[in-house]
Amino acid sequence: MSDSPIAVEQHGPELRHHFVDAEQQRDAASLGMWLFLATEIMFFGGMFLAYLIYRYAYYNEFAAGSRSIDIWLGTINTAVLICSSLTVALGVRAAQMGKRRLLVTLLLITIVLGLVFLGIKGVEWYQKFEEHHVPGTSFNASDLEKPPYSHGEIDQRHEQIYFSLYFAMTGLHALHMIIGVGIFIFLTYYAWKGRYSPKYYTPVEIGGLYWHFVDIVWIYLFPLLYLIDRKPLR
Amino acid sequence: MFDNFPLWPIRASTGAGNVDALFIFLLALSGLMCAAIFVMILVFATKYRRRRGVEAEQIEGSSALEITWSVIPLGIFMVIFAWGAVIYFHERTPPRAASEVYVVAKQWMWKLQHQEGAREINELHVPVGRDVKLIMTSQDVIHSFYVPAFRIKQDVLPGRYTTAWFRATRPGVYHLFCSQYCGTMHSGMIGQVTVMEPAQYEAWLSGGGTAGSLAASGDSLFQQLGCSTCHRSDAQGRGPNLVGLFGHPVHLEDGRTVTADENYIRQCILSPHTNIPSGFKPIMPIFQGLVSEEQLTALVAYIKSLSPPPAGGQGGVSLAPKPQYPKE
Amino acid sequence: MATVAVTAERENYLNQEYGIRSWLLTTDHKRIALLYLASITFFFFVGGFFALLIRLELLTPAGDLVQADTYNKLFSMHGQVMIFFFLIPSIPAVLGNFLVPLMIGAKDLAFPRINLLSWYLYIIAGTIYVHCIVTGGVDTGWTFYTPFSTAFSNTRVIEAGIAIFIAGFSSILTGLNFVVTIHRMRAPGMTWSRLPLFIWAMYATSIIQLLGTPVLAITLLLVVFERAFNLGIFDPTRGGDPLLFQHLFWFYSHPAVYIMILPAMAVESEVVACFTRKRIFGYNFVAMSSIAIAVFGFLVWAHHMFTAGISLYSALIFSILSYLVAVPSAIKVFNWTATMYKGSISFTTPMLYAFGFIGLFTMGGLTGLFLAALGIDVHVHDTYFVIAHFHYIMVGGAVMGYLGGLHFWWPKISGRMYPEGWGRLAALLVFAGFNLTFFPQFILGYMGMPRRYWQYPPEFQVLNVLSTAGSTILAVGYVLPMIYFLWSMRYGKIANDNPWDAAGLEWKTSSPPPTFNFEEAPEVTWEAYNYDEIPAPAEVPVER
Repeated sequence: MSDSPIAVEQHGPELRHHFVDAEQQRDAASLGMWLFLATEIMFFGGMFLAYLIYRYAYYNEFAAGSRSIDIWLGTINTAVLICSSLTVALGVRAAQMGKRRLLVTLLLITIVLGLVFLGIKGVEWYQKFEEHHVPGTSFNASDLEKPPYSHGEIDQRHEQIYFSLYFAMTGLHALHMIIGVGIFIFLTYYAWKGRYSPKYYTPVEIGGLYWHFVDIVWIYLFPLLYLIDRKPLR
Repeated sequence: MFDNFPLWPIRASTGAGNVDALFIFLLALSGLMCAAIFVMILVFATKYRRRRGVEAEQIEGSSALEITWSVIPLGIFMVIFAWGAVIYFHERTPPRAASEVYVVAKQWMWKLQHQEGAREINELHVPVGRDVKLIMTSQDVIHSFYVPAFRIKQDVLPGRYTTAWFRATRPGVYHLFCSQYCGTMHSGMIGQVTVMEPAQYEAWLSGGGTAGSLAASGDSLFQQLGCSTCHRSDAQGRGPNLVGLFGHPVHLEDGRTVTADENYIRQCILSPHTNIPSGFKPIMPIFQGLVSEEQLTALVAYIKSLSPPPAGGQGGVSLAPKPQYPKE
Repeated sequence: MATVAVTAERENYLNQEYGIRSWLLTTDHKRIALLYLASITFFFFVGGFFALLIRLELLTPAGDLVQADTYNKLFSMHGQVMIFFFLIPSIPAVLGNFLVPLMIGAKDLAFPRINLLSWYLYIIAGTIYVHCIVTGGVDTGWTFYTPFSTAFSNTRVIEAGIAIFIAGFSSILTGLNFVVTIHRMRAPGMTWSRLPLFIWAMYATSIIQLLGTPVLAITLLLVVFERAFNLGIFDPTRGGDPLLFQHLFWFYSHPAVYIMILPAMAVESEVVACFTRKRIFGYNFVAMSSIAIAVFGFLVWAHHMFTAGISLYSALIFSILSYLVAVPSAIKVFNWTATMYKGSISFTTPMLYAFGFIGLFTMGGLTGLFLAALGIDVHVHDTYFVIAHFHYIMVGGAVMGYLGGLHFWWPKISGRMYPEGWGRLAALLVFAGFNLTFFPQFILGYMGMPRRYWQYPPEFQVLNVLSTAGSTILAVGYVLPMIYFLWSMRYGKIANDNPWDAAGLEWKTSSPPPTFNFEEAPEVTWEAYNYDEIPAPAEVPVER
């Protein structure tokens, strides 16, 4: 399209020229991210469906498996993620208000919190590895406590399904966290370089949307995996 | 009609005629629809081909037409649905007094066992005019039991029983195909169903030196495996009394009520801890890995034999005497 | 040489920049469309080659051309290549990519770099799959049923699964791009009710791609995990449920067939309108029927499982829903036919494909009614009847739509005309070859020949021979366009902006278009298909 001096309004270098104006670009980016998150819901949804079906069928094993994972680490992780969503939301606001240093600080804290989450997750996985609760040839969940009020033995095969889903769901979630941390590293770098301003902070906003989504997935995973049956054992 | 038409499969069961009737109706309907559309297109293409000076007439549409050609097809579709559903319901509801054949599928063969004890591989002999119910499971992957002449097909799954039934109407030999892809020799997992006159069938049955009926071999397994120690027919056993159990509701410890069918019995043997009847302790050993599919079918047949046979029959001329149930 | 330009060649997207980097690093939607065109054509011939081998083996009842295991790999890979690497991308990634911005008056798609990423994901997926083919292939059927695929197959299931997983993301990103573009980048005056029906259908397709494909992705991922880490989610010997796999798989794979047919319907509307010189009859109904197909398409998946062991009541529900989804498709066929009434019809190659499409799609769709009927499906499920049904729709429908579209927009894409005589010949060969190949298969299916059979009883031979004969004619019909399209790029008659005198914004710019599509940003003040305002061509639009 030839340069038409009349039509060019003031815009920064971030306006991509297939867009008519910055507003169109922003709207497109926002809609794009929301649609992408919808696909992510469908993606995790398949696994949630498998989880629901097997939990109904093998409740005892799911309850026993749930009791065997560390509720304190899980709770800490939940708090960590919720805090990180707070820092993200504050960061978007900082960008809106043009506060560069605050933005960079908040983004960095978010990254740190994300890494803390991943670290704790790693510790939990290692615990499971040591207890031989990792599905596969060396799986052995005979050490799981069977509460006195429950009915019947723990079936090892059904228990393995709980742990398969545990690792698949938390693993996929962790992968999304890693990608999120990567995105935020980029955002921090560009924020530090001064690329974002009240007129243009779309990447921060849509990066924040992604982070919130990953957080929400965890909010569902936590009760489903950790809180199945925490009644005190008599 | 169409009986000796080389492009039409033989009808050899009571259900085949119903399936063919709907199929022919659909053929006629489709033929009519295609003819209508093709003729219309042909007429329009000829009549309205581009000619100099003649312009197309811009017609926006017609809501009346749209509604008509939506509602009428929908109505016809509902008729087809209902017709097909009735046939399917009939296909999936075996008559209560059907004689039973147990089928175990494995890569790449069919193993069949009659109640009376006869065993067959890749072959099934049945008498004309008798309701036959197939109770099937797989030892490995999913297969599918398909007899085109009977118009029946049912996937055969590992880990559970599925059923199919038919009543053969004409003597002959018919194809049996595996119709769910199952690996290398999927196309070799074929056999034949031989339908015989009842007298010939009895002769065939008594011809083979069999090891007794299926239920009888289940009985001896029941003793061998120690089941009878806990499952006694008095109230003293540590396990529930199995006499009269099959086909009736069972109240479980966890509050559920289930019907004791073939899948229930099988699950109790393989994973007893999943179905503890109320009032009993979870002490039954797990038999997963300790019994083969054939042994399982024998045990299931035995336990079924401990219940009175279903009252009466549903149509179905049964020319052979009803199987005897061993006394407890 | 017949290609001397009348004037100096204008700058367009093809000649603006040369060199391989300008192609491999392009973000121009039109160039990306051509990158896709080349890649999917490659896979079309790979899948077609497998099909030819299958048909050759089936000439005789005995398995005597290849071994059983090889045959099983052939049909599995034929299905996977044709579906995931040809049909699903075909019209959206080639024609959609090229035309969506042009038709709505935009300079490009919303996310051009993601568009390029989408192609690279496809290429990576394709490379992995080709590697899978040459290192042993996969023999699970295109459907990957468990527990065979997870615990019994000895072939490269994990590799195939990963390749298709990645290809799925290519599809998702294309859909995402289209939805955002159509929502946010329409030119001033291009309201929703002025959109070409092509855009409506592409929009519906994109919704399905977005929401359905992720479910396939997670399903394949679980299969890969199960095989790699010995889990038991789908294995009954370890407490799993093979039917769970089937539900998850078909939840995507049924809507997937609408991903394959809706774009062909998109093309059909444009071609019929142009060559009857009329607005499509019942515009609103045709537009809404695309959305209805997308929505209802998500509700019918278990009609692939009527004999799988689902409950009677599930089967009833899915059967009745399957009849509901048939209605919008029927509406489209009636509307296209009605458009011809009092039209001014010409018989160009695209229009021949359009006629073929209506005929064959109608036949394929009607046989769907057979399959949705529970009582009939029990007999014909997993037989050649099903194979014939879906090939009528996917080949007789989708591929003919694709070819018709390629011919229709070829002048816009390349600036050249293809040779019309050869075009018509190829269309007729495809139509004849197709029917001879697949009609006998309806009969085979009802007679009881199961699918995926390497060897078969002798009474099925005559029909199989007919089918194979047809496939050779079909192959010729497919090879011809490849040859003459390439020929036309150098020797074809130069096309003007609008050789068909068609309506639509894409015809208001040059052939080929400039890189940013329009010299001046368009402003739309007219309704779609304003053929009453476009003068009819003075003579038959193409010269022989």
